[in-house]
Amino acid sequence: MAFFFAQFLTGLANAAALFLVASGLSLIFGVTRIVNFAHGSFYMLGAFIGIVLMDLLPGHVDFWGAILLTGLAVGLIGAVVEMVVLRPIYRAPELFQLVATFGVILVIQDLALMIWGAEDRLGPRAPGLRGVWRIFGEPVPKYDIVLIAITPFILFALWYLIARTRLGVLVRAATQDREMVGALGVNQAWLFTGVFALGSALAGLGGALQLPKGGADLLMDFNIIGAVFVVVVIGGMGSLPGAFIASVLISVLNVFGVTYLPQSTLVLMYVVMAVVLIVRPYGLLGREEVAGEHGQVGAPETPIRPYGPKGMALVAALLTLLALLPAFAEPFVLTLVVDMVVFALFAASLHFILGSGGLVSFGHAAFFGGGAYAAALLVYHTGTPMELAFLFAPLAAGLLALGIGWFCIRLTGVYFAMLTLAFSQLVWSLAFQWRSVTRGDDGLVNIWPADWLNGSVPYYYFALAFGVGGILFLRHVIHAPFGYALRAGRDSPRQAEATGIDVKRVQFVAFALAGAMAGLAGGIFVFSKGSVFPTELEIAKSFDALIVVFLGGVKTLAGGVVGASFMTVVEDWLVRLEYWRLLLGLVIIAVVIVMPEGIVGTLRTLWRRIRHSDEEAV
Amino acid sequence: MNLMRRTVLATAAALALTPAAAFAQDTIKVGEINHYKRMAAFAEPYRKGIELALSEINADGGVLGKDLEFIFRDDQGDPAEAVKIAEELMTRDGAVMFTGSILSNVGLALSSFANEKKYLYLASEPLADTLVWKSGNPYTFRLRVSTWVQAAMLAEEAAKTDAVTYATIAPNYAYGTDAVEAFKANLKMLKPEVEFVAEQWPALFKIDAGAEVQAIERAKPDAIYNVTFGTDLAKFVREGTDRGLFDGRPVYGLLTGEPEYLEPLEDEAPEGWFVTGFPWYGFEDGTPGKTFVDAYEAFTGETPKIGSLVGYMTAQSIAAAIAKAGATDTEALRMAFEGLEVENTPIGTLHYREIDNQSTLGAWTGTTAVVDGKGVMVDWTYNDPAPYTPSDEDIKAMRPAE
Repeated sequence: MAFFFAQFLTGLANAAALFLVASGLSLIFGVTRIVNFAHGSFYMLGAFIGIVLMDLLPGHVDFWGAILLTGLAVGLIGAVVEMVVLRPIYRAPELFQLVATFGVILVIQDLALMIWGAEDRLGPRAPGLRGVWRIFGEPVPKYDIVLIAITPFILFALWYLIARTRLGVLVRAATQDREMVGALGVNQAWLFTGVFALGSALAGLGGALQLPKGGADLLMDFNIIGAVFVVVVIGGMGSLPGAFIASVLISVLNVFGVTYLPQSTLVLMYVVMAVVLIVRPYGLLGREEVAGEHGQVGAPETPIRPYGPKGMALVAALLTLLALLPAFAEPFVLTLVVDMVVFALFAASLHFILGSGGLVSFGHAAFFGGGAYAAALLVYHTGTPMELAFLFAPLAAGLLALGIGWFCIRLTGVYFAMLTLAFSQLVWSLAFQWRSVTRGDDGLVNIWPADWLNGSVPYYYFALAFGVGGILFLRHVIHAPFGYALRAGRDSPRQAEATGIDVKRVQFVAFALAGAMAGLAGGIFVFSKGSVFPTELEIAKSFDALIVVFLGGVKTLAGGVVGASFMTVVEDWLVRLEYWRLLLGLVIIAVVIVMPEGIVGTLRTLWRRIRHSDEEAV
Repeated sequence: MNLMRRTVLATAAALALTPAAAFAQDTIKVGEINHYKRMAAFAEPYRKGIELALSEINADGGVLGKDLEFIFRDDQGDPAEAVKIAEELMTRDGAVMFTGSILSNVGLALSSFANEKKYLYLASEPLADTLVWKSGNPYTFRLRVSTWVQAAMLAEEAAKTDAVTYATIAPNYAYGTDAVEAFKANLKMLKPEVEFVAEQWPALFKIDAGAEVQAIERAKPDAIYNVTFGTDLAKFVREGTDRGLFDGRPVYGLLTGEPEYLEPLEDEAPEGWFVTGFPWYGFEDGTPGKTFVDAYEAFTGETPKIGSLVGYMTAQSIAAAIAKAGATDTEALRMAFEGLEVENTPIGTLHYREIDNQSTLGAWTGTTAVVDGKGVMVDWTYNDPAPYTPSDEDIKAMRPAE
């Protein structure tokens, strides 16, 4: 019994830092609707700045004073980021801001490396709180007890701020209906900046507060962000008490998981999240997202139409150029184009459900990697001929998408996104931990194409045929009645239902189709690289695709393809430079600010404006 | 817009400069692919070790009358990206072979690629046993000592105590599982009565240290085998020391004594653990090891890490192979690496075994202590890997490619 209690206390202590960071993210999302991926970066900044301040400050104020100052400093940084990066793009399409926050992550990573160096820092101990107290005979670190004691005060302070102050009233009002708050004369810009700064400060506090239990290192931003999103989603996006309950729930379950199911450390929290979301689609204390609540900013989408003769000619010229490329380009260029085609098809498949279906998936890598793994497993274990294994890739990925889609499709918005993320993590951990079949992260190697395709030129044509074929097929589907039904369901589910469209079924089929096409990309990928590893199923892979779709332009048809090509080329250039993450981050932020409709969208607008003024002149 | 333009201009300028430097003179080029950003703490000392060796080699007239040059490229820790870069290095940049990688999965991807395209790959840092054994191939050579051998050294020491029940803690990925399996197999061989009463698998760099310590304590083991490293190790040591987990228990730590992991712990480094590591501070004057340490400190102004040593010996090995081959085509280099002898390395003469393409670099074992507020290894010895390596028949049976 004493042991259980001690375990419970460990869980509560772990919940403290997690709750601080998660509450910040929840606040930011609730008010600004920004899915802030850079939140982990503020946590990391908090840890590093905390160590610096604890070294600088003298005497007894050093430790606790430094923690408070760290909160202020990180809050200030957050405010600057909000004003410089996010403020110009609030009117961009839904979730577009997450691309900008991704740029911020890259910039902060390289800046932290420049300022603090690569070595891990051990966190200073809290003065007088080294060692343990014995509770029922079990040792419990003193600092754990202090953390457990502090957390309720922070919760209370936040509750007071939100429930009892004028700022809190505005924040709550904005969480419920920010357009209305704006209409009532509240300066939204400053409200958003303030909330973003407060959220960042909480993340910074969390980073500083965990120092005596760990330290500061350059990987901690990515290492916490998954857990933080899980907590926020389980609690219900925007709900502070929800975030608190979820932090405690996840932390305590983790402690028991470590003891009784030691292998479960990779997936436990994602399993919990999946279960919670299937039972309660809006988290424990979240509320249903009202349709049209967000996503209505920006100009309404223009009706789609097939390319005119000029567009057709342009595409044909581009394809001819690609087909003739082996005649004059060196072999490496062919490899680069194959990579580009693979990524473009992967991005196009995500774009298909995201742009036309309105379904934002955070777990699309499950199908890309799933297809790659399906083909590789067949070759590796049964020696299946490459041609057959290749065809199995889209089939298996499509089936996987049917399975995952069946659970996810009933959800909407961010909750749908997070459930797809949970499932993709499950697939990832399967590949990672089922070593007898998948060889874990030793991966499956020696997966090369059949002899007649094995060479840079034959495989180039093979990849080009299937890659471009897949992209054109998806485009064709969008222009077919099925595509119209899909977009009807996105724009107005109720009216679509009224006209006899089974919206959920259409979305379900589209989800499976997108999965199959991602699997096709995975199939091309695995035979071009000769190996596949669980990295292809990672969250980062899903976000790669998500980011290029937004960069290219969600409300366009070519966005995914153009974004992917742009990113492949830019990345291939930039990684040659020492501080490439900083530069890439700045490029992403610059594109986001300069082209809020994405590359294709902005070019199209420009083109229309030019042509329009021409017509006027005529 | 200004920001964007400046970035583009800077990029263009940098791109214009890079090739100019590369083609300025006739050099022999070697591709070096690593996770310079994602694992900066490990990759930077490694790179400096290479640069030190290059400065020495080229001051001595280079190889085959030309300067040896390394082209450093960042793969973001992504196996697919690494394969792409390897292809570019070989087909476009004129590299004669490639080396690099810390992560085993990237090493395995590069190894498979090398075998398929008939390029030569020297896996410098990846530790996975499968790289030279089960997935071994004629085009891949490996410098650093394998997980199996290091675990066997610890198991030998563990078998000497009367500890019977063991708990293990290792990061939840291939390296961790391999390290635990190797330790178990070796220890059971030496002492069949041992029992493993708890196996903990924290997620890499996401350890819940308090919970792990409680879970191990609950099993009441006689001894503990630790494979965690980096920030996981720091948290595990803190919680374990605070909660008295290590009191009266022998602990065996794989890689725990490497400066990369021991130094950040400062005065909180664990004491009395038996570990593998790199006790550069204990080398005596006049030994090749000390000569290397002095040269490295003079060259970089920093103290060496294990990565520095591996980087240094990587460049030395490649220079020796090219000199022995007398040519730079892949087949000549591959034949040169078979049974290659590298003279004057920090550990004396290094040898590449013909049977599995593994080098004979060994490992240092010793006991941890805190001296002057720093974690160090004391009573250490350097161990040759031979006694800990599986028999030639076993290795032949494991290598399917030959």
